[in-house]
Amino acid sequence: MSFLNNLINGIGLGSVYAIIALGYTMVYGIAKMLNFAHGDVIMVGAYVCFFASSTYGLHPLVGVLLAMAVCTVLGVVIERLAYKPLRQAPSLAVLITAIGMSYFLQNAAQLLWTPNPKVFPAFFTLANPDGTSRTGVDLFGGQLTVRFTTIVNLLVCIVIMVLLTWFTGNTKMGKAMRACSENKDAARLMGIDVNFTISITFAIGSALAAIAGVLFLSSYQTLVPTTGSMPGIKAFTAAVFGGIGSIPGAFLGGVLLGVIEIMAGAYISTQLANAIVFAVLIITLLVRPAGLLGKQVREKV
Amino acid sequence: MALLSVNDINVYYGAIHAIKGVSFEVNEGEIVTLIGANGAGKSTTLKTISGLLRSRTGDITFQDQSITGIPAHKLITRGLAQVPEGRAIFLQMTVEENLEMGAYTRPNSEIEAGLKNVYEHFPRLEERKKQIAGTLSGGEQQMLAMGRALMSAPKLLMMDEPSMGLAPILVDEIFEIIKTLHKAGTTILLVEQNAQMALSVADRGYVLETGRIVTSGTGEELLKDESVKKAYLGG
Repeated sequence: MSFLNNLINGIGLGSVYAIIALGYTMVYGIAKMLNFAHGDVIMVGAYVCFFASSTYGLHPLVGVLLAMAVCTVLGVVIERLAYKPLRQAPSLAVLITAIGMSYFLQNAAQLLWTPNPKVFPAFFTLANPDGTSRTGVDLFGGQLTVRFTTIVNLLVCIVIMVLLTWFTGNTKMGKAMRACSENKDAARLMGIDVNFTISITFAIGSALAAIAGVLFLSSYQTLVPTTGSMPGIKAFTAAVFGGIGSIPGAFLGGVLLGVIEIMAGAYISTQLANAIVFAVLIITLLVRPAGLLGKQVREKV
Repeated sequence: MALLSVNDINVYYGAIHAIKGVSFEVNEGEIVTLIGANGAGKSTTLKTISGLLRSRTGDITFQDQSITGIPAHKLITRGLAQVPEGRAIFLQMTVEENLEMGAYTRPNSEIEAGLKNVYEHFPRLEERKKQIAGTLSGGEQQMLAMGRALMSAPKLLMMDEPSMGLAPILVDEIFEIIKTLHKAGTTILLVEQNAQMALSVADRGYVLETGRIVTSGTGEELLKDESVKKAYLGG
């Protein structure tokens, strides 16, 4: 039963990684850059939701929507100010800028909200008849516990996946995104405004980061200005693991990474769990350089 | 009356002066060709007209309006479409999705008619409409690139080396289609290394050498021109 418990917890954690990884993978697919500030957008989203619900007493759902709105604007502004002027610059310059943006956001958060940890509320609880609250359901006489956060994480992740797949496959904007990801000049010749498309991609990715931030902090309740960096790096790993640029790849990579992390912590060593996660990434990339679902399409001449 | 008029444009790649004062015209209903060797500046000229590159000086007018400096994605609504160098179709999208992208700026209600028109010219694309474009043969990919450009119902169709990398029998087929499109009323600006084929279908032609136009004339005149024969037609 403990194996099943760990598996379920891993899927729950992995679902959050998957949502973050979707942001990485979409931005990489279209702008061909690694937005290392993506993890810190998660942190900003979490702070917005924290203040909305804890300080101003708003409904958590309103907090999430506010966080999404703020992060959407933040993502678009970051792209406009920091990345757009570098559209023609070498990718190394863009990468360094993204890392700089990440530190900027962390330090701005320290200045605005102090480095003191905030205790993020556990949103997903049910009230018991006796006035206490439950965070999960017990099955098989208490041998198996499924936390509500796990269920919510997985459901939200699946809904987002399905919506994004539908969006990129069936809408004009979604198809334009795929066109931009393949060939920007050709997309321009079709009448697609590439800059606008990149902005939309950042907007979607950052809104997803806000959702991921709230979900992540509902499980790991300590909120500090550097909160976003570790899940950000893990999700980046997940995106590469699954095949960067691929939406199902981000999902698969995220969930697998979460499961590996929890399993490694439970059965091998808690201290080594992160090292094992990254070792798995390295081995995967040695065998499949494009990631699990990444594909190399050869161009005919 | 000139549909497209290029007046003394100069284009640079950094410090390299790639196009040196090129001027030419395309009249309504014509097929005009730019021929020249690799690196003569043919593709650069086309990219400048379509707004992917900027000319430092000079002016380009289309339907008597200056289009100099207008970004590429805004030109297609004016009736300018391009079949890009190396085809540049979207390899991971289906044939039909590629065609839909060609009609990106048109209202959805016009897409159906556009598809019907393209499938009439290229029945093979209709057979493969659900296929991923990357799995098409080279000739089919060229047809897709042409069909995609036609989806915007352009007044001027610019083609960048449609014969590149194709077997001779496919080259003939592509040029037959160019003639058909022309008969149906499309004005065409054709850039080609295959001078023989290009001049045989063109009303007029210009010869480009290291960024300058060195000769011009009707297709027939250029086919008979001694210097053109020597340089581009194998003697």
